[in-house]
Amino acid sequence: MAPTATAAALALGDDALVLSHRLGEWAGHAPVLEEEVALANIALDLLGQARVLLSLAGDEDELAYLREERAFRNLQLVEQPNGDFAHTIARQLYFSTYQTLLYGQLASGDSTFAPLAAKAVKEVAYHQDHAEQWTLRLGDGTAESHERMRRGLDTLWRFTGEMFQPVEGLDGADGSAGVDWPALQASWTASVTAIIEKATLTVPTGPQEGAWAAGAGRQGLHTEPFGRMLAEMQHLHRSHPGASW
Amino acid sequence: MSSSTDWPLWEVFVRSRRGLSHTHAGSLHAPDAEMALRNARDLYTRRSEGVSIWVVPSTQITASSPDEKDSFFEPAGDKPYRHPTFYDIPDGVKHL
Repeated sequence: MAPTATAAALALGDDALVLSHRLGEWAGHAPVLEEEVALANIALDLLGQARVLLSLAGDEDELAYLREERAFRNLQLVEQPNGDFAHTIARQLYFSTYQTLLYGQLASGDSTFAPLAAKAVKEVAYHQDHAEQWTLRLGDGTAESHERMRRGLDTLWRFTGEMFQPVEGLDGADGSAGVDWPALQASWTASVTAIIEKATLTVPTGPQEGAWAAGAGRQGLHTEPFGRMLAEMQHLHRSHPGASW
Repeated sequence: MSSSTDWPLWEVFVRSRRGLSHTHAGSLHAPDAEMALRNARDLYTRRSEGVSIWVVPSTQITASSPDEKDSFFEPAGDKPYRHPTFYDIPDGVKHL
């Protein structure tokens, strides 16, 4: 694979891997049994995507377990801790809407990622629907659920700008169609705005640039909770390097 | 944990892709019909395609009483002439 395609596979693969790990942390802790299953389902879908993408970039286990924090290329959004249920749903709403639109564009294009995206669009559409349903219920639920949903959306808003920074390898430089990032941002904003307003909430205002700078996660600059997440995720592999299981 | 009134019980009926009729698959808790459908897909169909799901609030189902089983079901059993197999078909009858 061309180096740029490897960079893109890492970026998309790390997004899926890291969010999958965060959702896995909900196992046994979801508000109801049915939601337990839904979150685990989404986590499994994402882990499946991560495995395919990281395998395109190299050895999936090595990439997941032996890279340092600075070598990960995921968005800062997906590494944010779960918080309460509304916080998790806000993160899901922002990211799954992005993924649905991005994979939709990739699936109709001619890049290396078109076949993968074509398979994943059905999964991410389900994730997006799940997040939308819960945003509506929490936002238009009780006074407390409304307040918690508002807090989740507001807290995570500053990490959303990074999603629209062009990803190396998906910019059409290799002769494929490439992703239309401004169009992606416009569709994302329209979709998320419609859902948030239908949920009787207000679209957050303020900068979308993130904790460090726009595109920081894609350059390996991460927020503090990410290091602790990796320590837990990589612990066993680093304790017994080279073991097979 | 929510109270059972917020998350009532739903019965789930699933028709598989090549199935002819909906079969009772089980039950689940959900706040409303939309969520019940989505949960049923996760729990009972593993999102395989081409299936049809019905969800019904459990309170909407009226069941026959086990106590009345005898009087309810047996009259047909001890009156074999009520079943079509009781009658011999005369020779020469066609298209039956």
